Amino acid sequence: MTKLVKKVFYFYYDGFRSMTVGRRLWLIILIKLFIIFAIFKLFFFPDFLKTHFKTDKERSNYVIEQLTK
Amino acid sequence: MLMEHFNLALVDWSRAQFALTALYHWLFVPLTLGTSFILAIMETIYVKTGKDIWKRITKFWMTLFAINFAIGVATGIILEFEFGTNWSNYSWFVGDIFGAPLAIEGIMAFFMESTFFAVMFFGWNKVSKGFHLTSTWLVAIGSNLSALWILVANAWMQNPVGMHFNPETARNEMVNFWAILFSSTAVNKFLHTISSAYVMSAIFVLGVSAWYLLKKRNQALAKRSMIVASTFGLIMSVFMVITGDESAREVYKVQPMKFASMEGLYYGQSNAPLVAIGVFDRTPSPDNPKTKEWAAKIEIPNLLSYMATMNPHTFIPGIHDLVHGNDAHGIISYYDRIKMGKLAIAALKEFQLAKKAANDSAASTALKTFETNYKYFGYGYYNDPHKLIPDVPLVFYSFHTMVGLGMLFVLIFLLTLIYGVRGKLPKKRWMLYIALWAIPFAYLAQETGWMVAEFGRQPWVVQDYMPTLSAVSNINQTSVMITFFLFGVVFTVLLIAEIKIMLKQIKQLKDGGQK
Repeated sequence: MTKLVKKVFYFYYDGFRSMTVGRRLWLIILIKLFIIFAIFKLFFFPDFLKTHFKTDKERSNYVIEQLTK
Repeated sequence: MLMEHFNLALVDWSRAQFALTALYHWLFVPLTLGTSFILAIMETIYVKTGKDIWKRITKFWMTLFAINFAIGVATGIILEFEFGTNWSNYSWFVGDIFGAPLAIEGIMAFFMESTFFAVMFFGWNKVSKGFHLTSTWLVAIGSNLSALWILVANAWMQNPVGMHFNPETARNEMVNFWAILFSSTAVNKFLHTISSAYVMSAIFVLGVSAWYLLKKRNQALAKRSMIVASTFGLIMSVFMVITGDESAREVYKVQPMKFASMEGLYYGQSNAPLVAIGVFDRTPSPDNPKTKEWAAKIEIPNLLSYMATMNPHTFIPGIHDLVHGNDAHGIISYYDRIKMGKLAIAALKEFQLAKKAANDSAASTALKTFETNYKYFGYGYYNDPHKLIPDVPLVFYSFHTMVGLGMLFVLIFLLTLIYGVRGKLPKKRWMLYIALWAIPFAYLAQETGWMVAEFGRQPWVVQDYMPTLSAVSNINQTSVMITFFLFGVVFTVLLIAEIKIMLKQIKQLKDGGQK
C-alpha cells in the first residue's frame, strides 16, 4: 500500500517537475482560480437567496411574491 | 405583474453579462471536446503502427489541447455564480431539474478528467502504451459526457419536460429523469453541438497543419495530421448536417416562433420556400404590418415545409400566425395565451393567500384554475404579444451564417482529404490558405450557433413558463455593470494569453519531420 502511494506521489511529482509549457499554464490556472473564487465569488457573486433568507420557506415565499406581485 | 414593473435595464445588463460569459466560455469548450478525440485517434494510430512520428504528432497536439484546456477550465463556473446572484428567481424556479445534471457533470468532470488527464500528460514511458491510450480515450469520453449534462439542462429550458411545478414552493420538481435526459430536444442538441465541436477542432488541426505546409516546416507531421483531421472532419461534418436537420425539425415542433425567426417567415404559408440567402429591408411591426421585409432574397421552393415536416406541402406558421392565431391550422394566438397566463399568475397568488388563510376550498379552486392555465404561465407577464418575438434579423443572419459555414466546411474537408490522399496538398497552396483562414470562421460558426439557440428562444428563459425578465434577481444594476466589464477584461486577457502561448508552441515546433 505504501509502495503504491509512493508510486502515485512520484508519478505526479516527476510529472510536474518535468513540465515546460505546463508551468506557465499552471500559473495562469492558479491566478485565474484566485480571481474567480477569491475575488468574483467573494465580492461580486453572493448567492442572492441564500444571503437574504434563512429558510427555504422564506425563499419560496419571496420568489412567489416576485412572480405574482 | 406586468413587464413594465421590471427593471428592464437590469434585465438587459444581466443578459449581456451572461451572454458575454457564455460566448467567451464557448470559445474554449469546442476545441477541448473535439481535439480530445482527434488525439485519441492519433495515439491509436501510434499504438497500432508503432511509428515514432505518430507519437510526436500526438504529443504536439496534446500540448495545444492542454493550453486550451488550462485557459478555458473553470470559465464555466462563472455562469453558475451568475445563476445564484443575477438569476435567483430562475434558479429557484428550475430547482432540482437544473441542479441534478449540473451536479452529475461536476462529479463526472472531476473524477474522469482529473484522473486520466494526469496519466495522459505525465504517463508517457511510465505506464504501458495500452493504459496510456485508454486514458486518452477516457479523457475524450469524459469531457464529452460533461458536455452532455450541461446540454441536457439547456435542452430542458428550451423544451421543459419530465417535471411537475409545485405551487406551494414555486419550484419545478423532477418526476421523470429519463424524460429529461432522452427528450428529443436534449438528444438532438447534444449530438448537433458535439459534432459541430468536432468539426471546429478538425478545422483547427487542418489550419495549423496547413500553415506548416505553407512554411515548408514539419511537413511529415502536417500531412499526417491533415489526413486525420480531414477524415474525422468529413465524417463529423456530414453527421453535423444530419443532426442539424433533425434539430430544425425539433425546433419547429417545440419552438415555432424560433423556427419562424430563423427563416424570417412573417406570414405562414403552405409549400413554404426556404430563404437560402436573404437581406432584410425592414421587419414588420404592429404599426406597419405589411411592410416589405426583404431587400433581396434567393428562395428554394417548398424546402422549408419539407425541412420542417418531411412534406413539401405542409403549412408552416409565420410570426404573424403565432401572434394572431390561425383557426384553420389550430394555432392559439399569443393574445389568448397572454390571457391564460394572466389567469395562471393570478390563480397562483390566490392559491398562496388561500393557503395562508387556511381556506381549503378557495385554495382548491385557485389550484384548478392555475393547473388549467399553467401551460401559458410565462405569457401572463406581457400585455403586448409583439414583445414575445425575438430579434428576427439577428436570429436569421446567425442561422444562415452557421448553416453556410457548415456546408463550406464539408467541402473543405472533402477537398483536403482528396488532395491529402493523393499527396498533392503541399502544391495546392490556395487550398492551404483556405484551410488556414477557415479557423476563425469555425469559431464564428460556433458562436452563431449559440446565438441561434439562445437569442432565438427569447424572451424565454424556460420556454412558455418563465420569461427572462421575471428570472432576474432584484439586485443593484451597477454591480452587474461592473462585473460585466470585469469579465470582459479578464476573458480578453485569457484569450490573448491562449493565442500567444499557442502561437509560440506552433512556431517553435522543430521535430515534426519533413517526409
